[in-house]
Amino acid sequence: MVKNVYERSVDPATRAMLLEADRAGIETAWDRFEKQQPQCGFGQLGICCRNCNMGPCRIDPFGEGPEKGVCGATADIIVARNLLRMIAAGAAAHSDHARDAVLAFKQMAEGKAQSYQIKDDAKLNALAAEYNISTEDRSKEEVALDLANVLLSEFGKQTGPIQFTRRAPEKRLKIWEAVGIEPRGIDREIVECMHRTHMGVDNDPVHLLLQGLRTGLADGWGGSMIATDVQDVLFGTPTPTMSESNLGVLKSDEVNIIVHGHEPILSEMIVAAAEDPEMIALAKKMGAKGISVAGICCTGNEVLMRHGVPAAGNFLQQELAVITGAVEAMVVDVQCVMPALGSLASCYHTKFISTSPKADFPGTVRMEYHEEKALDTAKEIVKTAVENYANRDAGRVNIPKDKSACMVGFSAEAILGALGGTPQPLIEAIVSGAVKGVGAVVGCNNPKVQHDYGHLNLVRELIKNDVLVVTTGCNAIACAKAGLLKPEAAKEAGPGLRAVCESLGVPPVLHMGSCVDISRILVLAAALANHLGVDISDLPAAGAAPEWMSEKAVSIGAYVIASGVYTVLGTVPPVLGSPKVTGVLTKGVGDVVGATFAVEPDPFKAAGLMIGHIQEKRKGLGLKT
Amino acid sequence: MKEILIRPERCMGCRSCEIACAVEHSQTKSLFGAVAEKPVPRKRVYVEFAPEYSISVPMVCRHCEDAPCVSVCATGALSQDGIIRVVTHDMEACIGCWTCASVCNYGMIGRNKEQRIAIKCDWCPDLELPACVSACHTGALVYKEVEEFSGSKRAEAALKLARGVTAGESR
Ligand code: SF4
Ligand code: SF4
Repeated sequence: MVKNVYERSVDPATRAMLLEADRAGIETAWDRFEKQQPQCGFGQLGICCRNCNMGPCRIDPFGEGPEKGVCGATADIIVARNLLRMIAAGAAAHSDHARDAVLAFKQMAEGKAQSYQIKDDAKLNALAAEYNISTEDRSKEEVALDLANVLLSEFGKQTGPIQFTRRAPEKRLKIWEAVGIEPRGIDREIVECMHRTHMGVDNDPVHLLLQGLRTGLADGWGGSMIATDVQDVLFGTPTPTMSESNLGVLKSDEVNIIVHGHEPILSEMIVAAAEDPEMIALAKKMGAKGISVAGICCTGNEVLMRHGVPAAGNFLQQELAVITGAVEAMVVDVQCVMPALGSLASCYHTKFISTSPKADFPGTVRMEYHEEKALDTAKEIVKTAVENYANRDAGRVNIPKDKSACMVGFSAEAILGALGGTPQPLIEAIVSGAVKGVGAVVGCNNPKVQHDYGHLNLVRELIKNDVLVVTTGCNAIACAKAGLLKPEAAKEAGPGLRAVCESLGVPPVLHMGSCVDISRILVLAAALANHLGVDISDLPAAGAAPEWMSEKAVSIGAYVIASGVYTVLGTVPPVLGSPKVTGVLTKGVGDVVGATFAVEPDPFKAAGLMIGHIQEKRKGLGLKT
Repeated sequence: MKEILIRPERCMGCRSCEIACAVEHSQTKSLFGAVAEKPVPRKRVYVEFAPEYSISVPMVCRHCEDAPCVSVCATGALSQDGIIRVVTHDMEACIGCWTCASVCNYGMIGRNKEQRIAIKCDWCPDLELPACVSACHTGALVYKEVEEFSGSKRAEAALKLARGVTAGESR
């Protein structure tokens, strides 16, 4: 077991908690992953179909058995349909999150959600300008209401365009139009994926994959981008701030509340409620020194970016947080929340509180929130957590000491701000070769990869080679824990990047936010491309998702390559059962959108692929390599 | 000697054993590598469906104590280890006459299409547990000594009988 622990994660806090889990006889995702071995070959290759009840059908990957499903679908068709459904699910998750953010924004504008205010007037006005909404002689709320309504209409639009796609460079828009993948409306593309993959509809692999790219774009330049921007207006656009990360941020003498999931709508209120003097007084009465909020996954990233609320860990650490025995409440909303938390929490005093009207789990205390009384619900949740402090068993508390300082909050606006309002200094650094290019490293954890090993080694390799890294999601938290988000981490960078970071006082790895905030990376890429008068696919830039696992990651992959960014995946997507689909994704699509996927589980080799691609693009721009 | 024994009542027909078998007998020994290989890796275990009973049965070479396939093989391609009894097949010596296939009562001789020779189970010499057995999630395939396997079946049956006796007493 001890050996196992080292094989499972490179993160010291995670290793400590896995030992604790072992001692306590508690099972985690890693144990369940082992019990699933070997995993189904048909599933891994993507060649099983359950889309109708003549099936399920499977294709023999070795050609001895069936080559077609009952309907006649080949491996190519089945793989493409399955992939399209993954993209649809991922795009739906991001976009439905966006819808809720806009609905909260609308209620706020109508004065029905008193808990929320407009925190960023400048961004409100900028968005209004994009939509031609007049701001003159109008109250903020009037403008916000108009904006909320046009944003809501993006979901139900039938013929496009989704306004934010207009942020992409002219050349990119032309490609989308020519290929026929310009999204027409967010919900429309997702629904159409479900229609096309129904038995007997779309059965041409390439035709299916193009719809995948279009749906991805509806997510990246639609749903995700709307989520980011509306949340910025409501909660403030992030600016650089210091914080801490890893399980060591949990406090042995305070009430610990974890916010986990993906939306800031409620967690913002929890952060506010935890600062309420009445609640703090109650905590003191219960014998605690105070109330401490920490985040996991992207809800964590949202409050980390805007308030410097520490991040307790990334995706695979959610169970470990409970195993510290020091968490009074694990408050969850949507996405990436393991149903395992229910039975786990019942082994401890932790209250597992589900809050989203959409998401419940076994073993939860249900405290559903609604926009109209968000702060009241948040206070109730905090009160529940504080009262639960009395049930904490000090004998079972085992908080690892590991944590690291981190500088976070690099929204596109903040990065441009740090550069003096224009991308010119960054472009100069790239032109001079001090900075070779930009690597976007994002995505989840996955027990198929040693936890954080893929993330950290890939990022370290990139910065060592003078590639500036922008990060979001669970990669960002991995980097934060490992100290890569400290300005001093510039020491780990190559000489060129190091000098640039030191002169600006920023780390070589810039935390740009949650997974929906990959839209910030798109905006930044578009700003660089527009400034240079080129397309995004001409930029010396590459993306990677070293430990990805979720369907959202598949949608992200689709919009990132459709936007022109070469992307390296660290875990194998379920497509290898179809030589055709594999060929299109790793080669053919390049002729269409100027970017392809590669799969490379070894982070060092993955970095090599990205750097090679960046050098090639430098050559293309006539820059020295 | 351990055998691959079958508990057909547990088979769900998922064919995981077949895939694992082909992968173990591939050059790369990895699923993702195996699907792209030429010659195509071949399985040596077969999930047969009996529609009359709606039951799937994983069929695997018995490595018969007195193996007919070995007795009839004219070139000595099929041979049996005197101690561990495994019946192995030498690809070089095989002439593809299919005499072995004619005499095997279980249909366990397969065909390597590219090389046009016979192909059969080898109990995965590189593995402690044959690939098909470790791939089976429901325990329809087990790797045990006959004594142990029959012993546990006997114990199960005895338990049922014992239950009957006690039920009779209490009546
Ligand atoms: S849609 Fe075709 S391949 Fe899929 S389950 Fe139905 S018959 Fe089988
Ligand atoms: S191939 Fe058939 S005859 Fe030969 S050992 Fe196996 S089961 Fe017996």
